[in-house]
Amino acid sequence: MDRHPLTPEPPRGRKRRWATARTDQRVELTLGALAVAALVLIGAMLVTVLIKAWPSFSHNGLSWFGPGGDIETQFRAMAQNKALPGHSILYFRAWPLIWATVLTTGSAVLIALLVSTLAAIFLTEFAPMRVRQVLDPVIRLLAGVPSVIYGLIGILVIAPYLDDHLIGTARRESVSYVVQLNGADVMTASLVLTVMILPIMVAITAGALASVPASWREGSLALGANRWRTIWRVSLRTARPAIVAATVLATARALGEAVMLAMLGGGRSFAPNLLDGLTALFEPVRPLAAAIFQNSEGLTIAPLGHTVYAIGAVLLVSAAMLSLAGWAAKQQFNRYGLRG
Amino acid sequence: MATVGLAPTPPSGSAIARPPRERTGSWPVIDRIAYGLCWAVGIGLCLIALAIVLFMFVKGIAYLRPSLLLESPAPSAIQSESGGFFDPIVGSLIVAAIGIAIAAPVGIALATWLSEYRRPTWLARTVESAIEMIAGVPSVVLAIFGLLIFSQRFLGFLSETDAGGAVSGKSFFAAGAVMSLLALPLVVGATREGLEQLSGRMREASYALGRTRSTTARRVLLPAIRPDIATGIALGMGRIIGDTAIITIVLGLTLTNEGVGRTPLISTLRGSGSTLTSYIYNNSPAGEGSAPQKAYAAAFVLLLIVLALNGLVTWLTGRGGQSEGGMLSRAFRLIPYMPDPSR
Repeated sequence: MDRHPLTPEPPRGRKRRWATARTDQRVELTLGALAVAALVLIGAMLVTVLIKAWPSFSHNGLSWFGPGGDIETQFRAMAQNKALPGHSILYFRAWPLIWATVLTTGSAVLIALLVSTLAAIFLTEFAPMRVRQVLDPVIRLLAGVPSVIYGLIGILVIAPYLDDHLIGTARRESVSYVVQLNGADVMTASLVLTVMILPIMVAITAGALASVPASWREGSLALGANRWRTIWRVSLRTARPAIVAATVLATARALGEAVMLAMLGGGRSFAPNLLDGLTALFEPVRPLAAAIFQNSEGLTIAPLGHTVYAIGAVLLVSAAMLSLAGWAAKQQFNRYGLRG
Repeated sequence: MATVGLAPTPPSGSAIARPPRERTGSWPVIDRIAYGLCWAVGIGLCLIALAIVLFMFVKGIAYLRPSLLLESPAPSAIQSESGGFFDPIVGSLIVAAIGIAIAAPVGIALATWLSEYRRPTWLARTVESAIEMIAGVPSVVLAIFGLLIFSQRFLGFLSETDAGGAVSGKSFFAAGAVMSLLALPLVVGATREGLEQLSGRMREASYALGRTRSTTARRVLLPAIRPDIATGIALGMGRIIGDTAIITIVLGLTLTNEGVGRTPLISTLRGSGSTLTSYIYNNSPAGEGSAPQKAYAAAFVLLLIVLALNGLVTWLTGRGGQSEGGMLSRAFRLIPYMPDPSR
C-alpha cells in the first residue's frame, strides 16, 4: 500500500495489528451485547424474585401489607413448617416490619436532609481551603466505614449507654408486659442510620452546589444580598433537583440497610407504638431488610423462603422505583446545562 | 488550560474570589445563626469520624495480638481457645479478588460503550438507569437473588451438592460473583467520570491518524484514565470487603474456609467460609459467638484496610488533579455510586 511520504511510520519492534472498520464494528457489537446483558440481569432479578415471592402474595392478598398477629410467631411457625392454628402455612402480615422501616428510614432521612444541606453549604461555600481538604476525605471515610463496624459500635457503646443512663425503671416497667427495653431501639438505629446515609446526601448536594455558575451568584452578591441570602435564594434553589435526588437515593439506601439494623434494632420484631410517647423511642424495631437478614438461614424451608423472597420483592421494587426517581431528578438538573 | 488532556472547564464554583474570612457583622441574626450551624455541622462530622477512628484504634490496639492474625478460628466458648481470624482475612481477600476480577473488565467495557459508542441512544439511557438501579438495590436482596441463582442444579459445580442432590449455592465463587455487582457501579462511574473529562482533541487526534474508535479507546483513552479506573477499583474493593449481608447469605457462616472436593485451589473456592465482616458479626452480641474483644480486634483490622483503600483513593485522585477548580475531589463525586450503606 502506498503511504503519503509525510505519514508517520507505524512503530516498529512491536507487532501491532491496526484495527479495521470491521473489527471496530465487532467491538461495538460486543460491548453493546454486554450492555444488554446488564439489562437482562436486572430483568431476571425482578422476575425470579417475584416468581419466588408469588405464593406468599397470592395467598395473603393485600392483607400481606396489613397488621395482624405477632410476626415472630409467624416466622417461627414457617421455620418449623407448621401452620398456626386457624391459619394456613403461608399466613403472614408484614405491617410491623413495614412500620419499622417507615420509622427508621423516615426519621433518618429527615435529620440527614437538614444536616447534609448545611454540611454541603459549609463544604462548598464557607469552609476555608484547609478545612475543606480535611472534610472531603472525612466524608469519604464515613461513606466507607462498613456497616458491621457501625453496628458493632452501636451495640457495644451506644446501646449500653442508653440502657444505663436514659431508660429509667418507670419507663421500663410501663411497657414490660409487651416488650423489654435494652437500649437497642428506634433511637439508636435511626441515629446511626443517619450517619450512614449522610455522605451520599452531602456528596450529591455539594456536587450540585459546586456547579452553580459563579456569574449567577455574583449577580446576587452585586445586588447587595449577603452570602447566606445568595446561597439560600440562588444556589440552593438551583440545586433543588439535586437535593430531591439526594433525598430519594438516600431513602433507597436506608431502606436496604440490613446488617446494622439487625444488630441495633433490638432482639425482636415489634412495632413501636407512637402512643407510648417518648417511650416509643426506646422500643425495638426490625425493618424489612433486617428481617430478611435474620431469617436467611431458613431460605430452603419452602414457606419461610417464599415469605422472605416476598419481603425481598417489596424492597427490590421500592428501591428500584426510588433509584429511577432519583436518576430522573438528577436529569432535571441538566435542564440548566449543569452537571451535578 | 491547566493540564494537558483535561477539558477547559467553564468557570464555576470557587471562581469567586473569596475574602479569607467571612465578615458576618452586618448580617441579620437569622443568617448569622445559619452560618454558625454550617460550621457546627462541618466540625461535628469531623468529630464523629475522629471518634469512630480513635475508638476503634484504642480498642484494636488493646485487644489485637499477633497470634490472632495467624490462628484459625476454632469453635470454643473459652476466649483463649477460640483461635484468631486468619481464615476470615484470607476469605475477605479471596472474595475481593473474585469480585474485582469480574467487575473491573465488565465495568470498564460498559463505561466505554456508554461514553464512546452510545448507539442506539435509548438503549444507552436504559442501561444508564439500569446501572443506577443496581447501585440502589439493597445488598441483602442481591444476596437472596444470588443464592437463588447459584443453587440451581446446573451451577452445582460452583458449590457443594449434598447427598440428596440439593445444591447449597454457598461458595466463594457465588459470593464473589454477587459481590461484583456491588463494585460494578463504582467502576462504571469512575471510568465514565474519567472518559468525560478527557479533551475531545485526544479523540480527534487519534481519528486523524486513521485509528478506529475501538483502537482509540483501547490505546489512547483508557491508558490516559488509568488513575480513574484504579480509583473505581479501589472504591469497589472497599465496598466488597465491607459487605456483610452477601457474605452471611451466599458464603455461609462456617468459621474456617472449608474446601469441597480435592483440587487444591478450586476446592477452597467451591467451599463456604468466613470473612472479616461475618467474623465481626458472629462475635458481636448480635451473633452467636459473643466475644466482643475478638470482634473489636477484627473490626480494627477491617478499618485499617478501609483506611488504606481510602488513602489510596486520595493519592490516586490527587495525582489526576481535582475537578471543579479544586473544590471537591473526584472520588467525592463517586460516593453516590456506592451501593447501599450496608455494602
